[in-house]
Amino acid sequence: MSYVFNFRDIWAQQDFLLDGIGITLLLSSVTIAAGFVLGAIVASMRVYGGATIRAVSAAYVEIIRNTPLIVQLFIVFFGLPGLGVRLDAMTASLIALTINLGAYTAEIVRAGLEAIPRAQIEAGHSLGLSGLQVFRHVVMFPALKIIYPALTSQFVLMMLATSIVSQISAPDLFHVASIIQSRTFRDFEIYLVVAFIYLALALALRILFAGVGRIAFGRR
Amino acid sequence: MIREFNLVDVYYLVLAARWTLALTVLAFIGGGIVGLLVALLRVAPYRLLRALGATYVAAVQGIPLLAWLFVFFFGLPIMTKVQVSPWIAAMIAYSIYAGAFLGEIWRGCLVAIPPQQWEAGSSLGLSFGQQLRYVIVPQALRIAIPPTVGFLVQLIKNTSLAAVIGFIELTREGQLVNAATYRPFSVYITVAAIYFALCFPLTQLSRNLERRMRVAR
Repeated sequence: MSYVFNFRDIWAQQDFLLDGIGITLLLSSVTIAAGFVLGAIVASMRVYGGATIRAVSAAYVEIIRNTPLIVQLFIVFFGLPGLGVRLDAMTASLIALTINLGAYTAEIVRAGLEAIPRAQIEAGHSLGLSGLQVFRHVVMFPALKIIYPALTSQFVLMMLATSIVSQISAPDLFHVASIIQSRTFRDFEIYLVVAFIYLALALALRILFAGVGRIAFGRR
Repeated sequence: MIREFNLVDVYYLVLAARWTLALTVLAFIGGGIVGLLVALLRVAPYRLLRALGATYVAAVQGIPLLAWLFVFFFGLPIMTKVQVSPWIAAMIAYSIYAGAFLGEIWRGCLVAIPPQQWEAGSSLGLSFGQQLRYVIVPQALRIAIPPTVGFLVQLIKNTSLAAVIGFIELTREGQLVNAATYRPFSVYITVAAIYFALCFPLTQLSRNLERRMRVAR
């Protein structure tokens, strides 16, 4: 094997790579926050809503979970302009990612909500807590504690999945990689470097979530 | 000349779905072999082997599938001096990817078997391999089926990413049809509908199997 690796050209592009990392982190954090809120709402609709609301939220979850993210992204970015809704790449990415994560989060949160026994809710009411207080302290908090590991690994997977937005030219880390590739012709090196950056980001995110979990829910 | 998006295009898209399925099947076979190995490493009686399995899983699950595809698509020709087709690059990348996830799923099934079963096996003088083969795996196999079918759905959806290295499957065909007709909304909704038709029955199957198993227990 006589291939000579050359990472110097890529090191020279470090500012550009950092911009890409910034966009990836921005996309991930907004998506995680918005996707979690959407997922929690949809899960509550699915568990406590009437028949129609339940059916609508179930349809949303099933449609999103059974189609690929890249196709959802193409529908939002390439498809919607045909219906008169024109979005820039970043907005389209945020919308598609949030809708996608919302469906996965909804399934996870639903499992948490269903794990809370009815009697516990009734106990909350009998202590004189209001409906909202019961929802917050008796249902949501314990439910979150149960699902926290599943939820956060879904979030890490979502951070990695943001790389797909490079396909509609949103300027994330992976898109930056393809531009560096065309500037330096160092195909192999740039994707190796980017793979390691994602790995580092994923590990950092896992550590962050573990720390947050310890603060929010205490040591087990 | 832009032509209309019509039934012929829908037919093309449905035909392209067989390449999606072909890639899924190949990736599942490759990933199954890797996954089996990973699951065994993860429950091996030596700490070093367990750490090796855990590192593999963490590395694969910490790198986007897109990056795996590009690393193999661009890297293989450089490492082997052979021009690789998107088929080869996709096969390898998906096997590595699916292997980590299947390995984790199957490990979960192996450790779900109560430790007394292992102990009973060893007290009967069975070796580690024999314990696995005659005691643990037959029981783990049953509980492994629903999550494995569930992962198959993930795999079908994720084969859509092979489109970016020029592998012609359902999503790539959608891009080609869109380039000819310029009806992106209709084209991608059709593509999504075909994926849904492939995935939804499997999702339901996985769910039903899981429910039936819960009753059986």
